[in-house]
Amino acid sequence: MKPHINASNVIAALVALCLTLLPLYSAATGNIFILTLFTRIVIFALAAASLNLIMGYGGMMSFGHAAYLGIGGYAVGILAYEGIGSGFIQWPVALAVSALYAFVIGALSLRTRGVYFIMITLAFAQMAYYVTSGLSRYGGDDGLTIYKRSNFAGLIDLSNRVQFYYLCLACLFGGVYLIWRIVNSRFGMVVQGVRSNEQRMQAIGFHANRYRLVCFVISGTICGLAGALLANNTDFISPATMYWTRSGDLMVMVILGGMGSLFGPVIGTIVFLVLEEVLSQFTEYWALIMGPLLLLIVLFAHGGIMGVLGRLSRA
Amino acid sequence: MPDSLAGPLLRVENLVRSFGGIKATDNLSLDVLPGQLHAIIGPNGAGKTTLISQLTGQLMPNSGTIHFAGREITWLPSYQRSRLGLARSFQITCLLPDFTAADNVALAAQAHDGHSFRFWGAARKERHLRDAAQAALTRVGLARRADVLVSELSHGEQRELELAVALATKPKLLLLDEPMAGLGVTESARMVALLKELRKEVTIVLVEHDMEAVFALADRITVLVYGRVIASGDPNAIRTNEEVKRAYLGDQHVVVSHG
Repeated sequence: MKPHINASNVIAALVALCLTLLPLYSAATGNIFILTLFTRIVIFALAAASLNLIMGYGGMMSFGHAAYLGIGGYAVGILAYEGIGSGFIQWPVALAVSALYAFVIGALSLRTRGVYFIMITLAFAQMAYYVTSGLSRYGGDDGLTIYKRSNFAGLIDLSNRVQFYYLCLACLFGGVYLIWRIVNSRFGMVVQGVRSNEQRMQAIGFHANRYRLVCFVISGTICGLAGALLANNTDFISPATMYWTRSGDLMVMVILGGMGSLFGPVIGTIVFLVLEEVLSQFTEYWALIMGPLLLLIVLFAHGGIMGVLGRLSRA
Repeated sequence: MPDSLAGPLLRVENLVRSFGGIKATDNLSLDVLPGQLHAIIGPNGAGKTTLISQLTGQLMPNSGTIHFAGREITWLPSYQRSRLGLARSFQITCLLPDFTAADNVALAAQAHDGHSFRFWGAARKERHLRDAAQAALTRVGLARRADVLVSELSHGEQRELELAVALATKPKLLLLDEPMAGLGVTESARMVALLKELRKEVTIVLVEHDMEAVFALADRITVLVYGRVIASGDPNAIRTNEEVKRAYLGDQHVVVSHG
C-alpha cells in the first residue's frame, strides 16, 4: 500500500515534526515545563500505541495494560535498589518480565472473549497492583524512590532532560515503526483477520489463539519498555502506576486518537494529557469537563480523531 | 497408505450429536468416495449443517468417528482439518467483512504456505500469495472485484468469494453448505456451471435445497431426515425411492418434476 497524502497523514507527520523540534523550542523560550510535560506524553504515547496493537488491530480489549507500566518500572526500580544500576541489565529484564507476565496472563485470559476478557485482564492487573503493594522491602504502598537513573555506560545520560526526551522519542518512533511493520506482515494480517472473523480464520487453517497470544506478548513487552522509561522519568515507582484507572486512561487515549490507526494513539495521548493539564489549572474538578468531552468524541467521532481527519480528507 | 487410496476419502461412522433431548445427528454413517460429488439433502431441520459442522470441527460429536484420507479426525480442531485438505463454505456467508476480496483469498493461501509468524515483510506485497488469490478469484469470476471490500460485494459475489476462499486452501474435499442460498436465477445458474467445473478437480460434499441443482450435479445423494440417513444412492435411485417421497411430501413435486 502506498502512503497517501491525506489529512490524517499530514497531521501525523506534523505532530512527529513538532515532537522532534520540541526541545529546541523549549531551549529557545526557556520553557522547561513543556519539555517535562511532553516527556511524559511521549512515554504514555508509547504505552497507548502498544495497547492499540492488541485493541485496535487484534480486537482484544485489555483493561489491564497499566500493569506493564508497573512491571517495567518495578524491574528498573528493584534492580536499582539492589545496586544494579546498568540499563543494559535493567531494561532487558524489564522487557523480559513484561513479556513473561503477558504470556501467562494472555494464555489464561485468551480463553475468554468480550466482556469476560475485559474483566479478567482487569482482575489480573489488580492482582499485580496488590502484589506490589505487599512488597514491603520495596516500599509497599508508598512506592520506591529510584535514586539513580539507568546507567548506559556513558552512551547516553538519562539525567539530561533533552537526552532523555530524545531517548523516549526514539523509543516511541521505533515502537510505532515496529507496530507498522507487524500490522502489515503476514502475522499482522492473521491477527486482524481473527479480529474480523475468528471462525473463518479457524476454518481456513489458522490456530487463532496462538497468533493472538503472540500479539498480546509483543504488546505487553513494548508497554514494559514504556514502564522502564516512566520509572526513569519520575525517579519513582509505586503500585498506583498500575491502578485500574490508569489502564482506563490508556484505553481512552487509544479510542480518542483512533483505534486501529497507526498514529492515532499518539495524537490521543497528546490531546488527553494536554487537556488534563490545561483543565486542571482552571479547576480541580477537571474530570467533570473531561468526561463529557470524551463522551462526545466517542459518540460522534467514530474512529476517534484520526477517523474524523480521514473522513475530512475524503470528503 | 495404500488402503486409504482405494477406500473412501471421507468415512463417517455411527456419528451422534444431541442438543438437549434432540438428536440432530442420529447414528449417522456415510462414505464419500474420491472424485465424486456427493449431495446431502433433507427437509429443514434434518441436521445437514450440524453434520457439516462436525465434519469441519466447529462442533464436536457425542460419539462416533470421522476418518479423512485414511486418518481419524474426529477430535481434531478445525484449523488442523483445514491443513489436511478439508475446506468448507458457510451457509451464512462467513468472510472477513473489513478486508478486500483479494485479502480474504490471499489469507487462505497464506494459511497453507508455512507458518505466519513472520513479522516484518509486507504480506500484501508477496507476489505468490497475490497470484494465488487472483487465480482463485478468476476461477469464480470475481477477478475484477479483487480490490473491493467484502462488505461492499453483493450477496451473490460473497457466495462466490466463499468458494474462492475454500479453493485457495487447495482442498482435497470441499464441503459446500448451501452455496446457492439466496441467489437469483442467473446467479444460481452460474454457480451450477462453476460447480460442474470444480467437480472434475476436487471431491465435493454439497448440502443444497435447490433440488434441480442437486440432481444436475450429484454422483451420489444421501437423504437425511431427523439426523438419520433414510436413503443413499445415485440420483435415479433417490428419485424413485418411496421413503424419500414420503419425507418430502411437501416438496414432492420438486423431486419428481425433474425426472
